[in-house]
Amino acid sequence: MALAPGDELEPLRVTPDRYLTIRYAGASGDFNPIHHDEDFAKAVGLPGCILHGLYTMAQVARAHTDAGGGPQSLRRLKVQFRGMGMPEQELTVTGTVTDVTDGIASITAHCEQNGKRIIRNAEAELLVGE
Amino acid sequence: MAVNTDVIGKTYPATTYAVGREKVREFAYAVGETNPLYLDVEAARAAGHADVVAPPMFAVVYGAPAVAQGMFDPDVGIDFARLVHAGQEFEWGPLVVAGDEITTTVELADVTERAGNGFFVFQSTAVNQRGETVCVGRWSNIVRAA
Repeated sequence: MALAPGDELEPLRVTPDRYLTIRYAGASGDFNPIHHDEDFAKAVGLPGCILHGLYTMAQVARAHTDAGGGPQSLRRLKVQFRGMGMPEQELTVTGTVTDVTDGIASITAHCEQNGKRIIRNAEAELLVGE
Repeated sequence: MAVNTDVIGKTYPATTYAVGREKVREFAYAVGETNPLYLDVEAARAAGHADVVAPPMFAVVYGAPAVAQGMFDPDVGIDFARLVHAGQEFEWGPLVVAGDEITTTVELADVTERAGNGFFVFQSTAVNQRGETVCVGRWSNIVRAA
């Protein structure tokens, strides 16, 4: 596929449902109760159950593999978690190609919820061919 | 918190994870993947893979048991009540498919303290049964000041 500097990834929008964090906990093995126990989350000062950061990262990854044509396209992804994601609110992943060299696109991506970037300036390398 | 920098460079016993078809599908569904390579054995085989393909972020699943050893190591001393997952980086090699056996080693790459916060970075290296490196991960954690 052809990507050039300045191109945007197709934005990925997803609204994790109320029970998503339970399914992700089971799928990933991360059973920290801040993700599935409302009372526990509030007791440690959170507004409620929060998304797993790695679930949110998986949405950033998915936006890239969708753009790159499959799992083999994603060579590297680096994120910093800058805020809490909440279930039942839409996540939007966006990304911009900053460079293409030797068939590898460098992309800067973000994941936003309610106008706040909970992942910002993620760095990705996507195999896009010559 | 006072961090123990003596543990920088500490390594942990390798763990081996057997990648199962239904686990790959469970993970793919949980993260909203719809690519048939992850979900449909026939589609994966038609594309030249031995079985369903693990999404890249499945690296969390086969890597976590190795990293957990460091996270729960009393010598490292992470206070889970103050733990924040600060950042994550993965660099991928050949694809992982169901039936693979992935062996992961972990090193505590860095421990620092800034403004009372402890920073802990684990580096994982995951290798398949053919000796190919399928993923290198850097797992960054902050333990907030008390």
